[in-house]
Amino acid sequence: MALYDKTAHELHELLTTKKISAAELTADIFSHIDEAENKIRAYLTITRDKAEATAKLVDEKISRGEKIFPLEGIPCAIKDNICTKGIKTTCASKILENFVPPYDATAYKKILAQNSIIVGKANLDEFAMGSSTENSGFYTTHNPHDLERVPGGSSGGSTAAVAGGEAIFALGSDTGGSIRQPASFCGVVGFKPTYGRVSRYGLVAFASSLDQIGPITRDVTDCALVLNAICGQDDMDSTSTAAQIPDFTKSLVADVKGLKIGLPKEYFVKGIDPEIETAVRNVAKKFEELGAEIVEISLPHTEYAIATYYLIAPAEAATNLERYDGVSYGARVDGADVVEMMTNTRTEKFGAEVKRRIMIGNYALSAGYYDAYYLKALKVRTLIQKDFTDAFEKLDLILTPTTPNVAFKIGEMVSDPLKMYLQDICTVPVNLAGLPGISVPCGVTKNNLPIGFQLIGKALDEATILKAAFTYESTL
Amino acid sequence: MKISEQDIKTVASLSRLKIREEESADVLFQLNKILTYVENLQALDTTNIEPTTYALPMQNVFREDKVKPSLDRELALSNAPLKEDGYFKVPRVLEA
Repeated sequence: MALYDKTAHELHELLTTKKISAAELTADIFSHIDEAENKIRAYLTITRDKAEATAKLVDEKISRGEKIFPLEGIPCAIKDNICTKGIKTTCASKILENFVPPYDATAYKKILAQNSIIVGKANLDEFAMGSSTENSGFYTTHNPHDLERVPGGSSGGSTAAVAGGEAIFALGSDTGGSIRQPASFCGVVGFKPTYGRVSRYGLVAFASSLDQIGPITRDVTDCALVLNAICGQDDMDSTSTAAQIPDFTKSLVADVKGLKIGLPKEYFVKGIDPEIETAVRNVAKKFEELGAEIVEISLPHTEYAIATYYLIAPAEAATNLERYDGVSYGARVDGADVVEMMTNTRTEKFGAEVKRRIMIGNYALSAGYYDAYYLKALKVRTLIQKDFTDAFEKLDLILTPTTPNVAFKIGEMVSDPLKMYLQDICTVPVNLAGLPGISVPCGVTKNNLPIGFQLIGKALDEATILKAAFTYESTL
Repeated sequence: MKISEQDIKTVASLSRLKIREEESADVLFQLNKILTYVENLQALDTTNIEPTTYALPMQNVFREDKVKPSLDRELALSNAPLKEDGYFKVPRVLEA
């Protein structure tokens, strides 16, 4: 197996036993990128010089006999909506095409503190709004499993990099499924932590009450290692939680005996690909064989989740994106006066989907419609959250498909935004409720396209999710 | 129709966006489709239900009012589309 196909924990072992050097590993990744990137197009910026410089430092540290961190010397991709000081951060938007952040996002800083090797900034749907990377202002990323298909989105560049051997792990962000959905399309592990677990400082804001940074990895062990690195309260994000952080590697034990796992009937309705349904039911069977108890449950407000999400997220986005006014940073298109300058800038530099969401958001927030749309959605959000709270009184985990279908063809859905929104049916309820959720690969369809299942946990109980996911993975 | 062409003009202007003539029919069609879909929330009775703005219970978060280092002025201005003498520069706002 090539180095670029290994996991972080395998590579850590090879580095500490001096079987390979960080420089060799970095060279291997970049020679693979030279070959694969023109087909996959996972990256918007590649930071080869920085990567090689870090590799040199890591090798010096190893040769001095110093202990290295679990992710030290491991190549990683950073989604391009996470601020990286001195490295362009575009959000895949023309409006930030030349934006070089003057500061680091906290989660990225924590990855830098591990001395991971930053390979580059990964493509996404513009401002993380989309499920395919087709809304990128620059180009679409291709799914490494089938280049004619999308990698999912919005963290499609990050997941394609990990699946395609162009990074060992990646950071993504998840507002309505943007880590889990592309992870399932690309056959990798993607984790959205509990809201507040990871600081959002330096994550370019889309919908602040829903956004969360999380790991994209090749297996559950790496997922736990990245979570260990990035979680924690941060003075720079008042919504980050002070809750205790366990050592997530302690969850890497194969044991689901006595766990109660719910299967919500609303996630197995018509419209779901039968091959996905079968695969996820087989996962449930496996858990049962291993000693877990499977319970059929109901989350009655599931059918309202998409409508709720597509009012709340655009309302928050409309507000957050007011800052792109051509004044203090980002692109500017001139106009006769200030208002015309701002209007020209936004009209020319935002893509169609971003404009659509700004318009929906401002409409839902405007006088006369606020109560009927925005406030109504906030109340339904309470009901959706309560569905989970009630269910978790008797359960440890909830098991669902991650997506209703596998990776679709590039161009297949671009003309129908609503159809694209319905992609998120299994993932948005989790964000609305602020809960942790993982997507784990569970086989492929007869066309060889990856399938993923989702495990949803109680707030702040990432540990149980990891344990069950690790148990499943150990049976493969 | 949930939203008229006039509504779209108003909301676009509030959003500091201009809808081009050739795209206005599609914008109208897509927004109506989405707003019709989200109507399904109206079927739910939400009397006496409190709205949720943040998923986790969170009180006010306080910190000490202490001066900490902030961005250097040059760095803060480094991404400005137009600057002069340490300031952001914009087109005239007030009439002369």
